Amino acid sequence: MSSLEQMYQQVIMDHARARHGAGLVDLDLAAVGESHQVNTTCGDEVTLRVGLEGDTVASVHWEGQGCSISQASVSALTELVEGHSIRESDELYEAFRALMGNRGEDLGDDRDDMLGDAGAFVGVGKYPARIKCALIGWMALRDAIAQAQASGAEGEQHD
Amino acid sequence: MLPDLRGDFPLLARTVRNGKPLTYLDSGATSQRPYAVLDAMESFEREHFGAVARGAHLLAEEATEAFEAARASVARLVNAASPDEVVWTENATAAINLVANGIGNASAGQGGSESARFRLGEGDSIVVTQAEHHANLIPWQQLAARTGATLRWIELDDDGRLRLDQLATVIDGTTKVVAFTHASNVTGVVTDVSAFVARAREVGALTVLDACQSVPHLPVDVQTLGVDFAAFSGHKMLGPTGVGALWGRKELLDVLPPSVFGGGAIQIVTLEKTTWHPAPTRFEAGTQPVTQAVGMGAAAEYLLGLGMADVAAHERRLAQILREGVSGVPGVRLIGPVGDPGADDVLGLASVVVDGVHPHDVGQVLDDQGIEVRVGHHCAQPLHQRFSVAGSTRASAHVYTTEDDAARFVEALASVREFFGVPA
Repeated sequence: MSSLEQMYQQVIMDHARARHGAGLVDLDLAAVGESHQVNTTCGDEVTLRVGLEGDTVASVHWEGQGCSISQASVSALTELVEGHSIRESDELYEAFRALMGNRGEDLGDDRDDMLGDAGAFVGVGKYPARIKCALIGWMALRDAIAQAQASGAEGEQHD
Repeated sequence: MLPDLRGDFPLLARTVRNGKPLTYLDSGATSQRPYAVLDAMESFEREHFGAVARGAHLLAEEATEAFEAARASVARLVNAASPDEVVWTENATAAINLVANGIGNASAGQGGSESARFRLGEGDSIVVTQAEHHANLIPWQQLAARTGATLRWIELDDDGRLRLDQLATVIDGTTKVVAFTHASNVTGVVTDVSAFVARAREVGALTVLDACQSVPHLPVDVQTLGVDFAAFSGHKMLGPTGVGALWGRKELLDVLPPSVFGGGAIQIVTLEKTTWHPAPTRFEAGTQPVTQAVGMGAAAEYLLGLGMADVAAHERRLAQILREGVSGVPGVRLIGPVGDPGADDVLGLASVVVDGVHPHDVGQVLDDQGIEVRVGHHCAQPLHQRFSVAGSTRASAHVYTTEDDAARFVEALASVREFFGVPA
């Protein structure tokens, strides 16, 4: 498999087309946060909305436009983090970042399994210019969770 | 026509991505440098380097001579009336900012009555175009915000040509500055400068030309063009990064207030106040990028040696191959003049949209074949908005680009949609 084929694995192409969680919906949850991220070098955009139930990332929806890596990555992370705790989603983010920094090699431990489809982005690590494409959705996720936590805390104060 | 010049450019001999030959088609972003430039810079550094225009020793003399000879070479390339009309800047962006900030400072009262002709404020307008690179747009947006002037623009037609029919209405008695590109870095279309200059003169507006894409590729004669200022960079014309030039008519440069202050640019400094040198020195505060200027001068000489008419003819041929080629690829759309691949007002470049595939993904597949192109918005977002796309994929040529390079790009482009499984 060439480096190019390693980067554009079938699972990535599938996510770029199927776009899990695409389309923003109104969420009837106490803690909702939204983040808009732009990749200034190419104009790629993601708007991602998170709903929390307690410490659980209950719902992730997004809309965006951009390259197949950026769109597939948001799709894969949506599928991955939904239903996980905030702490677990932080761990997934750290694992994904580590994978991006690993120059195209698997991490070689249980984090590879933990990442599921997101592990297929391993080949992106060989192309430094594309790493931010794969990360834009994760940036939006972390920011949206922080916003949701803030909105939840505000709601509690009003109660 | 030009001979095959690849041998003059050492970098072009390297291989990329597992031993593939390099097909460099990103010269619109930055060009590669010939031995003539590399050697001039190295020999200056090894043998003649010293403080320019400071000190009375031999090296200071030699360095000053080389620095000024380089200025004269650049002046010759654009047919400036005198080398004193060429100001060294960090790049073309800095050159445009120098003019915009100078006008801003004059508008704030600097330079007194001598600089009054640059003043603008509420009720005045600045005119740009929809084709501008961000470098020739944002400084004018900022100047408008600073002074209360209004920013207006000339639009593009569907072929990527500027709407000359709008000149008479958009440029009017309120217009003090008209800033426009000589050639679009996305469509490659060369502007009818005379139409802009004629209208600007009717209303007494200053003209500022972004000549980044023209000076490296076309014969440019600033005196014939009739503009007041022109900005261009070293690194797009086979010279180094870190240096560019502002050409301006001497009588204007001499009264444009400086906006970067420091040593070297001054006549008399007391603790209370300062008087400035005439141009170009008044704009060259602080130690200049001397080696880079020497490199840019060598690049000017290299281009002059080739002959800019031949350079332009070479690139017109490449434009034709690129534009005809991509027009024949299914699912690929050209931004700019379509249906007229032989148009003689287009530079040697082609920006395309591949239906169903993002420019970053297009670029990645080409890169895998050793073909290096630019992807994204090319610092021209308003132009891309005009054509309702977020970005494009651009192949751009230079003197060293061969017909085979252009053909390889077209061939590779044809494989992109298949790679991503986009239905035909």
